[in-house]
Amino acid sequence: MNKPLRRIAIFCGLLVLTLLLRDNYLQYVRADSLKDDPKNRRVTIARYANPRGDIIVGGDPITGSTETSKSGLNDLKYKRTYKNGPMWAPVTGYASQAFGATQLEALEDGILTGNDDRLFFRKTLDMITGKEQQGGNVVTTLNAAAQKAAFDGLKKQGGKGAVVALEPSTGKILALASYPSYDPSSFAGNTDDDAAAWKKLQKKYDPNDPMLNRALRETYPPGSTFKVVTAAAALENGKYTSADERTDTPLPWVMPGTRTELKNEGNIPCENATMRVALQFSCNTVFGKIGSDLGNDKMLEEAKKFGFDSEQFTPVRATASVFSDDMNQSQTALSSIGQYNTAATPLQMAMVASAVANDGKLMKPYMVDTLQSSNLDEVAKTEPEELSRPLSPKNAQILQDMMQTVVEKGTGTNARINGVKVGGKTGTAQHGVENSENPYAWFISYAKLSDGSSPVAVAVVIEDESANRDDISGGGLAAPIARNVMEAVVNAKK
Amino acid sequence: MSSSTNSPTHHTSTIGAIGAPSRRNTELALLVFAVAIPVFAYANVGLAISDQVPSGLLSYGLGLGLLAGVAHLAVRKFAPYADPLLLPLATLLNGLGLVAIWRLDQSKLLQSLPNFVTAAPRQLLYTALGIALFVVVLIFLKDHRVLQRYTYISMFSALVLLILPLVPGLGANIYGAKIWINIPGLGSLQPGEFAKIVLAVFFAGYLMVKRDALALASRRFMGLYLPRGRDLGPILVVWAVSILILVLETDLGTSLLFFGMFVIMLYVATERTSWIVFGLLMSAVGAVGVASVETHVKSRVQAWLDPMREYTLSRQGQTGHSDQLQQALWAFGSGGTLGSGWGQGHSDLIRFAANSDFVLATFGEELGLAGIMAILLIYGLIVERGVRTALAARDPFGKLLAIGLSGAFALQVFVVAGGVMGLIPLTGMTMPFLAYGGSSVLANWALIGILIRISDTARRPAPAPASSPDAEMTQVVRPS
Repeated sequence: MNKPLRRIAIFCGLLVLTLLLRDNYLQYVRADSLKDDPKNRRVTIARYANPRGDIIVGGDPITGSTETSKSGLNDLKYKRTYKNGPMWAPVTGYASQAFGATQLEALEDGILTGNDDRLFFRKTLDMITGKEQQGGNVVTTLNAAAQKAAFDGLKKQGGKGAVVALEPSTGKILALASYPSYDPSSFAGNTDDDAAAWKKLQKKYDPNDPMLNRALRETYPPGSTFKVVTAAAALENGKYTSADERTDTPLPWVMPGTRTELKNEGNIPCENATMRVALQFSCNTVFGKIGSDLGNDKMLEEAKKFGFDSEQFTPVRATASVFSDDMNQSQTALSSIGQYNTAATPLQMAMVASAVANDGKLMKPYMVDTLQSSNLDEVAKTEPEELSRPLSPKNAQILQDMMQTVVEKGTGTNARINGVKVGGKTGTAQHGVENSENPYAWFISYAKLSDGSSPVAVAVVIEDESANRDDISGGGLAAPIARNVMEAVVNAKK
Repeated sequence: MSSSTNSPTHHTSTIGAIGAPSRRNTELALLVFAVAIPVFAYANVGLAISDQVPSGLLSYGLGLGLLAGVAHLAVRKFAPYADPLLLPLATLLNGLGLVAIWRLDQSKLLQSLPNFVTAAPRQLLYTALGIALFVVVLIFLKDHRVLQRYTYISMFSALVLLILPLVPGLGANIYGAKIWINIPGLGSLQPGEFAKIVLAVFFAGYLMVKRDALALASRRFMGLYLPRGRDLGPILVVWAVSILILVLETDLGTSLLFFGMFVIMLYVATERTSWIVFGLLMSAVGAVGVASVETHVKSRVQAWLDPMREYTLSRQGQTGHSDQLQQALWAFGSGGTLGSGWGQGHSDLIRFAANSDFVLATFGEELGLAGIMAILLIYGLIVERGVRTALAARDPFGKLLAIGLSGAFALQVFVVAGGVMGLIPLTGMTMPFLAYGGSSVLANWALIGILIRISDTARRPAPAPASSPDAEMTQVVRPS
């Protein structure tokens, strides 16, 4: 009977071996994917087990952490708090015990919780010295004064809107505001109150959709502000070589292939106007014809150089702006004045202004300057990066000249700042079926100091359904906000 | 039996029977570790959870030490030549199980469940009762061969034990399996755990008598040896009835266990490989058949194939789905190689049955791969000592009983651990000694008691120096 016994012994050995192999597979091979599975509650528990690191603007944290009440079954120890939450929400996103995390809070979660591999040394040190794990900090590029000017401007305006300000020479994001906004503190925990606050903010219950990040995630028809791109395309393709060359534009101008005249707003001097005058008065006919003459391909090429058609990662993802391909001449004409299919995020239009201000060089926009460990050691730093060159320096000078005319004596006079050269472009974008809805008011601009440097470029968009239709113009609603934002940056420079 | 297979005492180097040292002091030394390790673990949990050494540490340590001491003294007195490893290994597992159960008792999440009871004190009581049963086995079972006399009584009691949960008013349906009986004042009991031992006694007794007939008086059919119906009939009937009852009770793990035990014992008794082939074929047919008909089984198979889907469905509040397997897998994965440390995991997310069927997940998360491998090896060692006992036993009944019990033990460990780790579908049994549950602790201590008794008999020096080496053949064994 011993032979079968030995075989049974081997069989039992195999059973144990199988279990050992399975366990190695489970706890070694698959361990990381199971451990980091977002549905694994431990991920949430770990995220809130220690105070999170902070998101920092200009040396001051705009976030904090507070211990949650220990009552009940709450297994999450700390919850997030936000200073001036609604103002900073488009930058920080939220980190909620119940509803997960978004934007910087989610993207830099590893640094903020202290779990990132780049903090390995620090983590090991803490483990050895018996210290609680500490999260690192995310230092942003934002400018608190500019952000405040942007948010207050939007708030005062009411309605909905967004502001993006960039530093043209680096691509640093200086302001990123969206209105209406939400306070991420209100649902940071996981109590019934948090759930109620969350529910109230959902689009289903609040048609204003306060949780939409309009600065990065919403595209609007850019209207006349897009004429800057069209002018750039004309210069870059050699159609015109100076701002003051007369364009070959009849008035009225009938769009090719149609019997429809492209109309100008009001009675403005657009017949054979120079590009400078056309931009100053915002002539649809001139820029429509330029786009139509250049054709879809050349326009698309220039738009792409400005960043259209691709998502931007700041590192928070921004929706891709649209300039269509495969359009006929009349569609290209409409698209070239920022209507038809053309749609842009506020970030995109800020990039347009910034590229012009930076002598034709477009820098990649970013909002995380450095990542720090808990003891403020630098873990990573974002270096400015060139994205593309939509304009030659010479053509950029010409365009700057034209945009400054707009502010000095054109539609953008509301953006003038004493002692600073400001270039800008207004836009009033029609939208809705048969343009039935209130248009969007746009303003893009940049400021230039006496030393020739340009510290800030801004894009402002206002969608105001309650305003009187005739009152809506980029110069009227959006330009003052842009001016305040630029002033905030310029004053800090002085 | 041919003489060539009948000389374990001469040709095996595993456990020498003649003149073997008693090894009682080895056992005592090992027991010290087996008690000290859980005591340290207990302190560790307390420090991790509330930053202080648990107040019950002294009483817990003394209690476990006392129980181990009593068991050791009983072995020293009543089974002096017994295998020295079985008792310390069982004690270690039982002690660690107690710590894990106490640790889960501290979970607020589990405390909030409607059926929560502080399980650790009860488990300590069950352990005491289990060790008492162990001692009783050693005292009253002077020679395991006595059990042969009860072959048919065993058969009858096994069937009764298995039928009990189906008796109206006595049985209790808990979470889809009808395997408990309510005993007023004592709580619920799982008769299947005891049926395992009793059935092994019946199989061993019957097969010992009939094994020659089963092995030799058979017809060859398609290359396999088929025994005569009158030899195989009774055992087949008993086995079929037990499986049927278990299917009615939807206790799949136990039916698989009984089937495996039956095949193993039949194979060892007849030495015919054809039984293995038969067994595998029949279990495959049975498993597929049951899985495609029975809804409880079907859902378990689906849950095994796609635990994430099961998790999602249960989160959506659909009845009949459970997120437990996925939770257990997460627990294992989060434990990783070294584990989070005692008391620092979150295996309570498994909720219901975290301290019984799923107790291994707590070990997996808090002790990691290293801890689980150690625990699996401890189980492996217990099985190995059981198989050695079977090898060393000098009588076929002892051999069969020892291999039946250790084979069943190995299968149970495999089925439960494999189920919790997602290797095979979950069947709902408990890890011997580790898991919370009175019946399980009692039955497994009795099982260890019987193995110790057999190993004592096997290793006991031959009574007279002149005894024939062919001792087994001269033993007077009355086939009842």
